[in-house]
Amino acid sequence: MKPPRFDYHAPESLDEALDLLADSGPDARILAGGQSLVPALNFRLARPSVLIDINGVAELAGIEDAGERLVIGATTRQRAIETSETVARRVPLLHEATRYVAHLPIRTRGTLGGSVANADPAAEDPAVAAALEATMVCRSRRGERRIAAAGFFIDVLTTALEPDEMLIAVEFPGIPDGAGAAFAEISRRDGDFALAGVAAQIAISNGRVADARIAACGVGPAPLRFRDAEDALLDSACGPEAIEAACDAVAASSDPHDDVHASAAYRRQLAAAMARRALNGARARAGGAA
Amino acid sequence: MTAKRSVTVTVNGETRTGEAEPRMLLSDFLRDTLGLTGTHVGCEHGICGACTVHVDGEAARSCLMLAVQADGAEIETVEGLADGETLHRLQQLFSKHRALQCGFCTPGMLMTALDLVRHRPNLTEAEIRSGMAAVLCRCTGYEGIVHAVAEYASGGER
Repeated sequence: MKPPRFDYHAPESLDEALDLLADSGPDARILAGGQSLVPALNFRLARPSVLIDINGVAELAGIEDAGERLVIGATTRQRAIETSETVARRVPLLHEATRYVAHLPIRTRGTLGGSVANADPAAEDPAVAAALEATMVCRSRRGERRIAAAGFFIDVLTTALEPDEMLIAVEFPGIPDGAGAAFAEISRRDGDFALAGVAAQIAISNGRVADARIAACGVGPAPLRFRDAEDALLDSACGPEAIEAACDAVAASSDPHDDVHASAAYRRQLAAAMARRALNGARARAGGAA
Repeated sequence: MTAKRSVTVTVNGETRTGEAEPRMLLSDFLRDTLGLTGTHVGCEHGICGACTVHVDGEAARSCLMLAVQADGAEIETVEGLADGETLHRLQQLFSKHRALQCGFCTPGMLMTALDLVRHRPNLTEAEIRSGMAAVLCRCTGYEGIVHAVAEYASGGER
C-alpha cells in the first residue's frame, strides 16, 4: 500500500466538510481532484492524519454566470472548464490556459480550486487568477473571507488560507468588450510543468491600451503579476516598441531559480519570449485596434 | 475511519464488489482485489499514464484515485475492449502499425487514445502527438502509435 494511513471522510455538504476541517486540526488535508495530493501521498511526502474528500459536495462544483463575474466552484474539473462555451466566451484567458494544464486524463479529475489552493509556482490556474485579479472565496465555520489574488498567493505552495478555511469558489471578472486575451507557455514536452508561461489580456479603446494584465507562472515562487510591464503598455498604441518594453519589464521583474530543467537566466529569457507571444496574441484578438 | 469499506464498481459492464482500505489506490483495487491485471502500474504518481482507465466515460489515472472514490462509478479497462477473440478496431490498428513492442504502456495508450478521439473531433496529427504524450512509451518512438491513432480517428470511429 503506497499512501500512509489516514482517517477518510467524504462529507456530502459544505457545512459538514467545514465542521470536519475545523475539528480535525492542522494535519487534515482536503482532497479535491487529487492530481497533486495523491502523488504526494503515494510518495509519503504528505502524511495527513485526516483526509476530507470534497468530491461529493455537490454545491462546490459548477460554473455560474453572475453578470460581470463568472463564479467557478472549487471542485469544477479542469476538463469541464476546457469544454465550457461559457468560460470560452466570458473568461477566454482561463479557457486557453486550461489546455496547457498537464494532459487530458489529468484534467478529467483535476479541479480549478485544487490548483489554486495548491499554489504550485508552475501551475497555470494561479497565473490566470493573478492576471485577472480573481477573487478567492474562502469559507470556514467562522464565516467567509473574499481574498484578492494579490493577497492570496504568498510563496511556493503557500496561500493565505487558514488551516480551518476552504477555498469554495473563484470569481473571475468577465472579459470587457473589445479586449483580447492569450496564454503562451513553453515546457520540455507537451503537458510537462511550465518552464515559463505568460497570461495576458489587453483592452484597446480608440486605438489606445485602456487596460493591460500580464502575469506569469514558472518564473517565481508564486504567480507574478507585472505592473511595470502593464504600465509600459497603458495609453500606448500597443505597437512593437511598447510590447518590447513590456517584455523587458517582464524579464526584469521575473524571479526564477536554477533547477534541473532550466537555469534561472534561461527562464528569464523564456519569460520575455512568452510575454511577447501572449501580448501579440492578445493584441491580435482585441477589438478597437489601432 | 481507516477501516476497510465495501466498494462496488461496474467494470466493463459487470458489477463487482470488493473491500478496500481508504488508502488503497483504484489501480491496486482493480489489479489485486478484482484480478484485472490488464491495467498496468508504472510510476504510480501520474506521470507515465500506463494505469489510465475510463471512469464514467472519461480517461483518468487510476493511480491518482482512491478505490473508495470510485464506489458507484462505471469503469472501463483494457480488458473490456476486445469482443471475445476479436480485437477492438484500435487494438487491430496498433498491431498493424507496430504501435507496441514490450506492451507495458499499451493499456494506457489504448484507453488514452479512445478518450482523445471521442473528446476532440477532427484531430490533427499535432493534436494526436500532444494528446498521446500523456502516456510514456520507451520502446516505439511513438511513430506507430501516432499512425494507429490517426487511422482510427480518420475512420470516424468514436
